Amino acid sequence: MSPAASTAMKRFADNLLHAPKLFYETVFRSGKPVSDRTRSSFVFGNVFLHLHTTRTHRWSLRWFTTYGLGIAALSSFVLTLITGVLLMFYYKPYPQVAYDSIKDIHFVVPTGRFIRNIHRWAANVMVVVVILHMVRVFYTAAYRKMREFNWVIGMGLLAVTLGLSFTGYLLPWDQLAYWAITIGANIAQSPREVTDALNITQYIDIGGLQKLILLGSDSVGEEALIRFFLLHVMILPLALILLMAVHFWRIRKDGGLAKPADADARVGTDNEPVYPVFTEEPKKTYSLAAVVPGRTPVVGSGPEKTLPSMPHLFYAEAGVFMLAIFLCALLAIFVDAPLKELANPAVPENPAKAPWYFLGLQELVSQSAFMGGIGIPAIVLLGLGLIPYLDRETEGTGEWFGGPGGRALVLRSAIFGLATVIGLEMFAIHYGWIRQWFPHVPQLVITFVNPGTLLTLAYALFSVWSVRKYDSTRAGALALFTCFLAGFVVLTIIGYHFRGPNWEFYWSPAQWPGH
Amino acid sequence: MTTTPSSSVQRSRLEPEPMPRRDFLGLAAVWSAVTSLTFAFFGIMRLPKAAVLPSPSKRFKVTLPESLPLNEPFLPVGRSVALFKTPKGVYAVSVVCTHLGCIAKPSVTGFDCPCHGSRFAKDGSVLRGPAPKALPRLDIKRLSANDFLVDEGKPLAAGSEVYA
Repeated sequence: MSPAASTAMKRFADNLLHAPKLFYETVFRSGKPVSDRTRSSFVFGNVFLHLHTTRTHRWSLRWFTTYGLGIAALSSFVLTLITGVLLMFYYKPYPQVAYDSIKDIHFVVPTGRFIRNIHRWAANVMVVVVILHMVRVFYTAAYRKMREFNWVIGMGLLAVTLGLSFTGYLLPWDQLAYWAITIGANIAQSPREVTDALNITQYIDIGGLQKLILLGSDSVGEEALIRFFLLHVMILPLALILLMAVHFWRIRKDGGLAKPADADARVGTDNEPVYPVFTEEPKKTYSLAAVVPGRTPVVGSGPEKTLPSMPHLFYAEAGVFMLAIFLCALLAIFVDAPLKELANPAVPENPAKAPWYFLGLQELVSQSAFMGGIGIPAIVLLGLGLIPYLDRETEGTGEWFGGPGGRALVLRSAIFGLATVIGLEMFAIHYGWIRQWFPHVPQLVITFVNPGTLLTLAYALFSVWSVRKYDSTRAGALALFTCFLAGFVVLTIIGYHFRGPNWEFYWSPAQWPGH
Repeated sequence: MTTTPSSSVQRSRLEPEPMPRRDFLGLAAVWSAVTSLTFAFFGIMRLPKAAVLPSPSKRFKVTLPESLPLNEPFLPVGRSVALFKTPKGVYAVSVVCTHLGCIAKPSVTGFDCPCHGSRFAKDGSVLRGPAPKALPRLDIKRLSANDFLVDEGKPLAAGSEVYA
């Protein structure tokens, strides 16, 4: 062997030996994130992480700024995505066969029960967390200037999240599923309540069209199942991912999380240690701020009040993700996802209850199908979407219960909201409603005058009163949002706990008459 | 070659500039694209609106037992219909709740819906609860002494009654 060949072989062997290290270096170009510079490139050199800024304001890192709710929502979605794909290995969307395949997943498929339980619990956690996230953003007035549209995107995400939960409800094809979807489809048809009363159904039948498109038939059957399956595994997840991409990207473009104007002064002096502290690196600056409108963490002031996103922000985010996994796994171990008897189109469940987050609506629907199922939800969604466009104030941005009125107003609104909803419900439960007193009253009267519409009206009037009293739109928004939150919680509890067979009132499920 | 428009007509200073031909063509192109996409969208949305419904025939034959007392409901198996014998003849009424489509169960007073507590009388009229209208009467024909032909898919207009 010639000397040249031997050195070439040596280089080859060397390279082979170092290939793993080289491979690692080509993947993670910036090296270990130990200095400010490598930490910055760790963020912007990574396609998944560069949605974040390289440094994060200390205000944004405080627990009570967000409680990590946005990341928790994302985490539970990732969990449902992974477990959902796994469930699709065995699930077959056809009546009866669907029920059998869920039974297989539950009793035969290795880890099937656990995976299905996680899927169900992560979906529930997602609904709770998305609502709490909205509550957080509202009370910290984080929807204001520059973030208006992101709030609207958030409304869309809430609607798609509820849609995903609801469409998933039909797939097991058990009694619970069948009757929940029958009720849901008839709510879609409920504009007929108005068109029938006006005698125009033969000309404009919006309700009938909605139901027909949703079910692909005039009753819940194989066509409905395949449509709900398609919505659940394809259309709605794609919509959710698309909206999430816009939502996250805009957080960055809108200048990060909302902060009070004096946030810098309130996070303490520069040298004060923060929790969690992973490093005491020198306070050297690299001006890597993205050029975006508004107060980014870095523009307009030095980086003193910011910390490197790696590790401070990412460790916090990873922590929330771990917590979400832990919670869902724990619940999945101890509580099984329900599976009732096979769907029977002749015998409804008694009581036939929707998933818990729709029980408030079901309580309203038990007064008027159209107002409870479509009218009031539409008013609420529209009202929520309009909030950032009506509240153009600046006082209290980024502060919990910020704005004129503050905590006192929120407390007062909560009391008013609770008292009104409990009072109206008690009255309706005890004395009944118009139909019982005057059996021949026109349906339109009941559609527009029922406990639900009166409640909405009372809340609206209270909100207007608050706008005048505090001379502030934000005060009105605080009052209205708090009232609706109180109403939502109370109606949900009534629907969940106090309603029994025939939707009668019972103090506890123990008093339900036996079958 | 010059592209300056050589207009001989005197225009007022306040009158807007006439739109250049290229701008007009560009806008026309954009709006025809938008229009055709809109129509295409509605065309595509025809697909999920089923033209043929897969449900089985709603017409069925039913034999009433000789012993059925007057004004007591008879519920054929697998159908959401109740039949009543009255001095005027036999009538059929749907038991699908007009509120949200649950199946109402017979009770002493008529029918009770388990889902949201609507109650109906034996003739279908609403007694209480959220149901917006009465249970519809159905088309019924007498085939022989105790055999009847009922059409579940043909609810009669509100207020009309058919006896067989």
